[in-house]
Amino acid sequence: MLNRIKAIAVKETRQLLRDVRMMGVIFLFPVFLLVVFGYAINFDVQHIQLSVLDRDNSPESREFINSLLSTDYFDLVTYLKSDREIREFLDRKKAQCIAVIPSNFSNEIYRNEVAKIQFLIDGVDGNTATIIMNYVNAAVASYSNNLNYEFLSSRGIKLSSSVSLEPRFWFNPDLNSTRFLIPGLIGMILIIIAVVTISLSIVREKERGTIEQLNVSSIKIPELLTGKAIPYIVIAFINAGIILAAGYLFFGIEVKGSYLWLLISTLFFLAASIGIGILVSVIADSLQVAFLAGTLISLLPSMLLSGFVFPIESMPYVIRIFSNVTPTKFYIVCLRSILLKGAGIEVFWEQLLYMVIFTVIVVVAASKIYNKKQLKELSS
Amino acid sequence: MNYSIVAENLTKKFGDFTAVDSVSFKVEKGEIFGFLGANGAGKSTTIRMLCGLLEPTSGDAVVGGFSIMNEPDKVKQSIGYMSQRFSLYNDLTIEENIEFFGAVYGLKGKLLEKRKKWVLEISNLIGKERTLTGDLPGGIKQRLALGVAVIHKPKILFLDEPTSGVDPISRRNFWDLINRFSDEGTTVLVTTHYLEEAEYCNDIILINAGRLIAEGNPQRLKTEYIDGNAFEIETENPVELMDILKKAKFIIDVSIFGKKIHVITKKQFEKPDELENYCTQNEFKIDRITRIVPTLEDVFIHLLEHGSKNAQQN
Repeated sequence: MLNRIKAIAVKETRQLLRDVRMMGVIFLFPVFLLVVFGYAINFDVQHIQLSVLDRDNSPESREFINSLLSTDYFDLVTYLKSDREIREFLDRKKAQCIAVIPSNFSNEIYRNEVAKIQFLIDGVDGNTATIIMNYVNAAVASYSNNLNYEFLSSRGIKLSSSVSLEPRFWFNPDLNSTRFLIPGLIGMILIIIAVVTISLSIVREKERGTIEQLNVSSIKIPELLTGKAIPYIVIAFINAGIILAAGYLFFGIEVKGSYLWLLISTLFFLAASIGIGILVSVIADSLQVAFLAGTLISLLPSMLLSGFVFPIESMPYVIRIFSNVTPTKFYIVCLRSILLKGAGIEVFWEQLLYMVIFTVIVVVAASKIYNKKQLKELSS
Repeated sequence: MNYSIVAENLTKKFGDFTAVDSVSFKVEKGEIFGFLGANGAGKSTTIRMLCGLLEPTSGDAVVGGFSIMNEPDKVKQSIGYMSQRFSLYNDLTIEENIEFFGAVYGLKGKLLEKRKKWVLEISNLIGKERTLTGDLPGGIKQRLALGVAVIHKPKILFLDEPTSGVDPISRRNFWDLINRFSDEGTTVLVTTHYLEEAEYCNDIILINAGRLIAEGNPQRLKTEYIDGNAFEIETENPVELMDILKKAKFIIDVSIFGKKIHVITKKQFEKPDELENYCTQNEFKIDRITRIVPTLEDVFIHLLEHGSKNAQQN
């Protein structure tokens, strides 16, 4: 039995090594995704384009503006000269937000009245707009605190300590979205590679008729599938290694938890992914169909439903049930626990169980469909 | 008598459709057994059942001493199989293909090396071990495929239309190999479309619409299954002549072979003169008429037409 599994694995590896195109896909695709998700897709809001219409033009107004610009959050585009320019700058996206400082700004500060600043924000992207608003609120609060402090101390009053909030973000201290995305990215890349490679390799045998020769030999289907899976599991592990190394090099992400559990949960995940690949290979009769179906079935759910980008907790109930169509959902929980939190098995053992259940369901479904299809094919 | 394959009332149904209907036959050890029939007649289904790929709906067959119903895995171990669809892995070298299938059939170590050499030798590919299989011409690839199919020295070899799409010379070489295996004691069961190949077989069965309609050696088929005399007529206009002859009461079968027409007459019409008279009566000019020994093709056309008539009556 081992001899036959080895023969299949060796054969599969030889074929793979000769398939330059496939090798290219397997090793370049993860790098491509990593660059896209690591750099291009970034939910951190920084370097907000700010324009200012300063009607006051006083030391106070300039001080306020400088307090905004002294952080990484805001970049000054330009000073506007008139009201008319406001519309133009927002319409043409020359600025994301515009601060309008009225001409009586400094006067009102001196008269100890409420000084008002108008802040116009491009609200098309609601998420970003909210974040900008929070930044501005914080900046204004700190600016007025300073004013109060100066005002009171100039009168010899010592400010009693007020309540101060000292938030600390665990697991991802600088709220870096890349750190949040990397685990999902690993899951997504692994599932695509596993599903597409295994389904293509089986469908190729169907298309060329070589599967018949294997059927008639005394090789068993589980032997065949195990032999086929081995090289692709090795490749998936190499891929995972590349992503982890790149994540460390480019984004400073370290593995906080145990490598052993990382390995084990990845193995469980690959088993589930290969199950999907087998299901695809049973349904698809041509390489094109297999490639398309494999990519869609693996990519879309792991992107949209796995909690990779969009948190599952905030999905409607029905969608949350639906999110179980991808094992990436379970794997991401494991990965986040191991990579970011350094947590142990007690946190994610259920996820391993879910992945086992998932694998069993797809493999059983695949063998049912396989039996049905064989009957149909022969009777036609 | 020692039989390699004994099929008894082998039947396969797919839903309402009966693909193979109660087929029984026996194949002697070491003989070349031909399996003939039109596409969809049930040849492949029968072969697949005999190989243990498909479970019969009813009936059974003993292949190499094992029942296909009860011990399909043991059957698989004692047979070799090659189909027209079977191509080797084009992206593996000749050597890698041989090694892979050898290992799949459970060979290893020195035995595998020995068998590899043997396959290379019979397929005339010594010295080309590292050529990619995809670069080989069709005929040579076919021979290599055959060598690979028998790498484990099976006692019984199933060939499902092995020579379709192969040029005549390669086909000839291929049959030399089949004869060699048969001489060495391997039983060969082969399906084919080519009737001249059927002549190479020791025994033949003909299947139509899932039923066995004739069996025997080629010589016996030619003499026993046609109850009449065969003539060959040469003419300028065979299509027209065929229409005319079909109306004649003393004629059983008419079929076209290029510019010639083969006619099977009822037994009492033994002389070509009578046919010639009939043609002249119908104002038709013929060039030449000769009495012939019926070819296998005549026999099959005759059997298929009458066989299907019988099937409709049932």
